[in-house]
Amino acid sequence: MIQEKSVTSEVQRTPAPDRLSVPSMLKRVPVGGILLPLVGAALLVGVWAVVSQLAPFLPNPVQTVTKSWDLIRHPFFDQGPNNKGIGWQVIYSLGRVGLGFGLAIAVGIPAGLVLGLSSVTRKMWDPVVQVLRPVSPLAWLPLGLATFQAATPAAVFTIFITALWPILLNTSAGVQQVSPAYVQVGRILQLSRRKMMTRILIPAALPHILSGLRVSLGVAWLVIVASEMLTGGVGIGFFVWDEWNNLSLEHIILAIAVIGFVGLALDRLMLAAARRITNQPLG
Amino acid sequence: MTRGHFLNISDVTKTFETPRGLYPAIQGCTLTVGQGEFVTLIGHSGCGKSTLLSIVAGLTHPTTGGVILEGKEVTGPGPDRGMVFQQHALLPWLSAHDNVLLAVEEVFPSLSRKEQADRVMHFLEIVGLSEAFQKYPAELSGGMCQRVGIARALAMRPKVLLLDEPFGALDALTRGHLQDEVLRIWQKFGQTVLMVTHDVDEAILLSDRIALMTNGPGATIGEVVRVDLPRPRNRRVIAGMPAYHDLKVRILEFLYERYELVS
Repeated sequence: MIQEKSVTSEVQRTPAPDRLSVPSMLKRVPVGGILLPLVGAALLVGVWAVVSQLAPFLPNPVQTVTKSWDLIRHPFFDQGPNNKGIGWQVIYSLGRVGLGFGLAIAVGIPAGLVLGLSSVTRKMWDPVVQVLRPVSPLAWLPLGLATFQAATPAAVFTIFITALWPILLNTSAGVQQVSPAYVQVGRILQLSRRKMMTRILIPAALPHILSGLRVSLGVAWLVIVASEMLTGGVGIGFFVWDEWNNLSLEHIILAIAVIGFVGLALDRLMLAAARRITNQPLG
Repeated sequence: MTRGHFLNISDVTKTFETPRGLYPAIQGCTLTVGQGEFVTLIGHSGCGKSTLLSIVAGLTHPTTGGVILEGKEVTGPGPDRGMVFQQHALLPWLSAHDNVLLAVEEVFPSLSRKEQADRVMHFLEIVGLSEAFQKYPAELSGGMCQRVGIARALAMRPKVLLLDEPFGALDALTRGHLQDEVLRIWQKFGQTVLMVTHDVDEAILLSDRIALMTNGPGATIGEVVRVDLPRPRNRRVIAGMPAYHDLKVRILEFLYERYELVS
């Protein structure tokens, strides 16, 4: 066996020279990864406290926590369809996002594969996709409401449209960018069309497909809040609208924090899943 | 089947359509390779030697002329012509083992799972990688990836092994190791090999015959040189032989004086 690994260990032994710069000092503090974000968050709360002094309508941090303490303590209380805990609101919203996202995967990946593989199909559909893609998904909501005559299917439909484009376009781009060498390997092995797809093209395009899914899920979570504000029912978006009607800005600030953390969690879950599936580091 | 006509490349021409009109890459290439023979195509980069190899592999269709392997015309790619690519072309989402397994599954579908796995390990062992079988290409060095590529091609039990500048992307030391490895494997299996390279020493060390290609456009095989050096060959021993020196001078003269790359 060839000795190809001995070189790297030499490099690692040399000490880092930039001893005095601030970032390297912070690196030595073991909690730096936790401490710095906490400092950032504290600064934000500080700015908020100052602004709330100047703007009388804005509740200050302490008011926000005390007035929404019941909601924080009991996220899953359930007192009928119009009075549920914020946990339930999030779960209902996640359900709609999940359904719309799932439908978008079911349509977007196969359609993206076809678009990526056939230049005729691509030429036929690319202008249509380019025109529809920049349209705010909320513009589709009335069509959904008219078609389904119900709030939830209309919201799911809106999420479907939202999530469709990034999945479709990334899948198509991913398939087009598969290294010709991989396809040649498949041709030498005389793989059937189906096997060429499942063993070569889809795995090779997978990092692209997964980053499309990640973008889609992020946008879907953005759009669900807005579409629920318009449709009503149970959900975090409707919760925000409801609290606006109650003039409870404290609850709205709580909802903003919850929406943010849920969005972050979704993104991290998606990234972890992508890393697991592809066995390779992604963005 | 006579030994001299195992692989027959006859009057192969390839013309590419480019925005600036037709480009004749190679023209009237004729070469025969005997069973068990190691033949190398050598020429300047861009002379079309890889195009010729790709035509033998069936990945590219010749404009005119054709390739006959063991009495059958080549009409498309197939595992009887195992190819080792310059950039290894391992599938990055599969481990070394699974990269070879994909080939074994396709070429030997009637073998049991166990027999397929045994075959994979056997060929990884031949290239000296049995311990790294679970590693992914990203975790392997360039030389190791190329070994897996060779194992994958050999595991197809090809009639002819096609090597497309297989050591071009490697550092000099690794290249030397792999050349020795290929030499050893060739001797052990009596494998017919057609290799493309631009390294004169590599060509002399490995080949029975070297086909010298002229420059494009319209590149062709200008001369075929027989390498009459004793086997088994050792790079240090043959480097001191007068015959080695004469061969090298002859090839260099062809490449650098008669067909110097016009830039």
